[in-house]
Amino acid sequence: MTETSLYILQQLINGLTIGSTYALIAIGYTMVYGIIGMINFAHGEVYMIGTYTAFITIVGLLTMGVGSLPIILLLALITAIIISSTYGYAIERVAYRPLRGGPRLIPLITAIGMSIFLQNYIRLAQGSRDLAMPALISGGIEFGDPAVFEVSISWMQLIIWGITLISMTSLAMFISRSRLGRACRACAQDRGMTNLLGIDTNRIIALTFVIGAALAAVAGVLLGLYYGIINPYIGFMAGLKAFTAAVLGGIGSIPGAMLGGLILGVTEALTAAFFPSEYKDVVAFSLLVLILLFRPTGLLGKPEVEKV
Amino acid sequence: MLRLDNVSTFYGKIQALHNVSLEVNQGEILTLIGANGAGKTTLMMTICGDPRAQSGHIEFDGQPIQQMNTSDIMRMGMAVVPEGRRIFSGMTVEENLFMGSFFRSKDEAEEQLEHVLELFPRLKERYSQRGGTMSGGEQQMLAIGRALMSKPRLLLLDEPSLGLAPIIIQQIFEIIEKLREEGVTIFLVEQNAHQALKIADRGYVLENGHIVMSGTGNALLNDDSVRKAYLGG
Ligand SMILES: Nc1ncnc2c1ncn2[C@@H]1O[C@H](COP(=O)(O)OP(=O)(O)O)[C@@H](O)[C@H]1O
Ligand SMILES: [Mg+2]
Repeated sequence: MTETSLYILQQLINGLTIGSTYALIAIGYTMVYGIIGMINFAHGEVYMIGTYTAFITIVGLLTMGVGSLPIILLLALITAIIISSTYGYAIERVAYRPLRGGPRLIPLITAIGMSIFLQNYIRLAQGSRDLAMPALISGGIEFGDPAVFEVSISWMQLIIWGITLISMTSLAMFISRSRLGRACRACAQDRGMTNLLGIDTNRIIALTFVIGAALAAVAGVLLGLYYGIINPYIGFMAGLKAFTAAVLGGIGSIPGAMLGGLILGVTEALTAAFFPSEYKDVVAFSLLVLILLFRPTGLLGKPEVEKV
Repeated sequence: MLRLDNVSTFYGKIQALHNVSLEVNQGEILTLIGANGAGKTTLMMTICGDPRAQSGHIEFDGQPIQQMNTSDIMRMGMAVVPEGRRIFSGMTVEENLFMGSFFRSKDEAEEQLEHVLELFPRLKERYSQRGGTMSGGEQQMLAIGRALMSKPRLLLLDEPSLGLAPIIIQQIFEIIEKLREEGVTIFLVEQNAHQALKIADRGYVLENGHIVMSGTGNALLNDDSVRKAYLGG
């Protein structure tokens, strides 16, 4: 293979890695939108809180002398999921639920306020400087021609793919097979009717916030370890990208969020391959604009149904 | 069994129900007839708590329900087949039915499923098909089947015959009578006044949000003003 094609292959690998984490975060936007027609702009902060939780857990465990990588990773995931889900639940309960049924602009503004609040809250609690996530996982596999270009897949990338795959599969099974997953789908289609069947839809809505937050927390742990640097502002860009991915795939559609995340990640990586890397955000958001112009419902979205 | 006392409901400033009082007795078929826009759907939905009655009392089994949440009301033993059916079009017949028994135990649901499929063999044939791909009549059967899955004692039906072919309407009305024989109390809202009054024990007439008349099904069928207004002379 030529140098260029190996290089492109490398960027594809990198793009799929970032893309999977966008997809994980995007699920939260898309599920919440699908069920209550609102954009939860504080979702990026829930992701960021997941990263911080993982950081604290990992540093704590290392300090206590725990050396087993699987145990550290597992505990980081568990604590991040618990804390982020709690935030996701609390945000919905405190900030959004009381406003439900009012004009649509109000929860949107509240969400932006919530996002700013959480960002500053973490900034005050943890400081605004960059923190270095302990490098837990290094190395990987390399292939290609050392004389031309060596393509590498790091263990961390494989772990990201693996955990994303497990999370997405579990989510898909939950939504399509379980009783509560069915209620989520029913609620997304006709919340009033779901209520009329004796189902407390407030609980279903809370559940979607919790699921979205849990998946964002998983992304937070993975991306924190992948990039190695965290600060209270990482939620903003990650949230924006994941939101773009959700819209790209068709907001409200779960497979759409998965697809949108991957496409966005790959597009960014390929852009970074041929242009100065600052252009990758420009291209990402241009892609969004193009999709919205030519296919306003996104790739897998259904035509807008009026939410009541 | 169900009792409304001076119930008024508003949409914003517009009053849709004016001091409505009515009663549904255990074991009967009660029908509410009225022209389009009279407030029939509003009345039925007010019972379900959405929209909420602004004033008056609603009692189910002697318990006041006008302040309760819709989902809590619907767990007390009533189920609704709403206007426009509102089945979950992206879900299969099976999934739609099990949504109806969401708060029942698995055993109760399985048992009731058998019964529903017996009542509607058509649903059995279409069991794995998506709701949205079925004909209007089949969707109506699904909506009724879904409501029955919770094993309700009181079934609220909002214009189940709307937009259906006469032969299907006939089937639906037969099912309603059959359900009553099984002991399910029926509250039937209809514009199809003739057929509704024929099977009903009692009926009420709603006009512009007011109850203007009530009586046995037969009495209303033979009443001159009802004949003029709702039965085409
Ligand atoms: N969601 C709503 N918002 C405002 N007005 C409504 C709403 N639903 C119904 N109405 C009004 O309330 C009145 C009664 O409507 P409805 O209960 O649907 O009558 P029916 O079922 O007898 O046709 C109508 O004038 C209708 O325009
Ligand atoms: Mg109506």
